[in-house]
Amino acid sequence: MANNSKTILKLTVNGEAREDLVPPNILLIDYLREVVTITGTKSGCDGGECGACTILINGNPTLSCISLAVSQSGKNIETIESLATNGRLSILQQMFHEKLGTQCGFCTPGMIMASEALLRKNDNPTDDEITKALEGNLCRCTGYVKILESVKAVIGDNARVRV
Amino acid sequence: MEFLPDFDVKRPLTIVEAVAMAAMKNTCFLAGGTDLMPNLRRGVGNPKTLVDLSAIAEMTEINETDSGLCIGGGVTLQQLIANPQIQRDFNVVMEAAETIAGTTHRYTATVGGNLCLDTRCQYYNQSEWWRSANDYCLKHKGNICHVAPKGNICRAAFSGDLAPAMLIHEAQVELISTEGRRVVNLDDMYQEDGANSLTLKQGELLASVTLSKLDGYQTAYKKMRVRGGVDFPLAGVAMAVRGSEDNLEDMRIALTGTNSRPIRLEGTDALKGKPLDEAGLKALGKLVFAQVMPMRSTFTPAAYRRKVAINMVRRLALNLLCQAYSKR
Ligand SMILES: Cc1cc2nc3c(=O)[nH]c(=O)nc-3n(C[C@H](O)[C@H](O)[C@H](O)COP(=O)(O)OP(=O)(O)OC[C@H]3O[C@@H](n4cnc5c(N)ncnc54)[C@H](O)[C@@H]3O)c2cc1C
Ligand code: SF4
Ligand code: FES
Ligand code: FES
Repeated sequence: MANNSKTILKLTVNGEAREDLVPPNILLIDYLREVVTITGTKSGCDGGECGACTILINGNPTLSCISLAVSQSGKNIETIESLATNGRLSILQQMFHEKLGTQCGFCTPGMIMASEALLRKNDNPTDDEITKALEGNLCRCTGYVKILESVKAVIGDNARVRV
Repeated sequence: MEFLPDFDVKRPLTIVEAVAMAAMKNTCFLAGGTDLMPNLRRGVGNPKTLVDLSAIAEMTEINETDSGLCIGGGVTLQQLIANPQIQRDFNVVMEAAETIAGTTHRYTATVGGNLCLDTRCQYYNQSEWWRSANDYCLKHKGNICHVAPKGNICRAAFSGDLAPAMLIHEAQVELISTEGRRVVNLDDMYQEDGANSLTLKQGELLASVTLSKLDGYQTAYKKMRVRGGVDFPLAGVAMAVRGSEDNLEDMRIALTGTNSRPIRLEGTDALKGKPLDEAGLKALGKLVFAQVMPMRSTFTPAAYRRKVAINMVRRLALNLLCQAYSKR
């Protein structure tokens, strides 16, 4: 661990304003998992290849495994833990569950956060737009079709039927 | 928990502060980190200080100039793709940017980081453990090159997608260091040496890149890669043409992924003022064959990459000339 001096990092994580003393060389994913102790965000590769660690920074999907915590000063971080309210899954989470978009579940937090980012910007994406938004997220279980179906289940008329 | 090397991070708010902080040895710039951080995690490079550019607002602007567009080094690829002027006047740049890494990377990956990208090789972009088991290589810590063992130069491939597209638009880069500011052709920022492909000095910052508009040209970018998304180019072609199949008025071509630097294809002037017929296409293919130099730096065989580069150039030229024709 770093000998370099720690600094105070001020940011918002899932709606909560935080101040933590962190070393300069701690990755954002490690900060979230080890310091904030929310472990929904997963690490699936040795850096930047798989998308499992995707979180939102100021609403934009970002890989927390190749981002430094200290670079996030003043930012608004959202992780998979932010989606459920009062113990109820969000509709997107619920659809990943029902449509078998999640199997072993390891890629799921990243898949859902990348999909969440897309849906906030575009509430009626085409198949191509969904595929493009998730191009950096790898899944070894589902074959992707189920994931596409899960995201599609929350858009347009499908969503209205559900809510 | 992942242990990164022991470095300090500085977060300047201005370019002046940033270059002052980066003047010392063992310091490097951190932009989006989508290339640098994977490398640091794999033990490639051991900087003592990272100068994080992400808080410098003056580097994130895109401004129109008299003859084109000036793009800040800190502009993200997502910002670039969404820019209306890029979409309207710089199609080749937009097409290239859209193919870079994955959607998630493009929200943080920057133009400056892409132009200053480290070269790549199957013996280099590996974990510390993997490289040490292979006795390292010339580019980092070792003595021989596993790609060309008889040579004494690293042949790792420059694999950035924006550089060729920007070369087509006569890109000039604004470089700033504690010694001052200079503006050079993007072409001159690179050299054919995989271990030292950038001609930047220690602590020199790419503050912006300026592109010139090309009126009356059709432009496009094509790349070949293993998967349809995310992957680096095994060969990438940026092109601008004016004229028709019957009369090629002008043609500019630049390539990436095939050499240790992005290259501008030379010799296309000889094809001007003629139809791009079978003979023309053959001559074009010969120019590519002679100038690209793919090596065994990727799992995909070099000979295949060369063949693909030739075919991509020929196909793209015909497609663009057809487009030019149908727009008349
Ligand atoms: C899975 C994966 C796939 C990828 N695929 C592609 C691809 O298809 N095509 C492609 O081109 N790239 C690809 N990349 C690489 C990378 O994501 C992009 O090249 C990106 O644009 C780099 O920008 P950055 O801001 O993240 O750079 P950083 O990683 O922050 O920096 C890269 C280098 O440039 C230097 N640097 C950064 N900014 C400046 C500046 N303003 N002045 C001087 N030096 C600077 C840094 O010191 C560092 O050496 C991929 C990366 C990953 C992880
Ligand atoms: S081309 Fe040779 S020296 Fe360069 S990275 Fe590959 S093996 Fe190493
Ligand atoms: S864990 Fe971040 S991309 Fe794989
Ligand atoms: S559900 Fe197992 S990796 Fe995607």
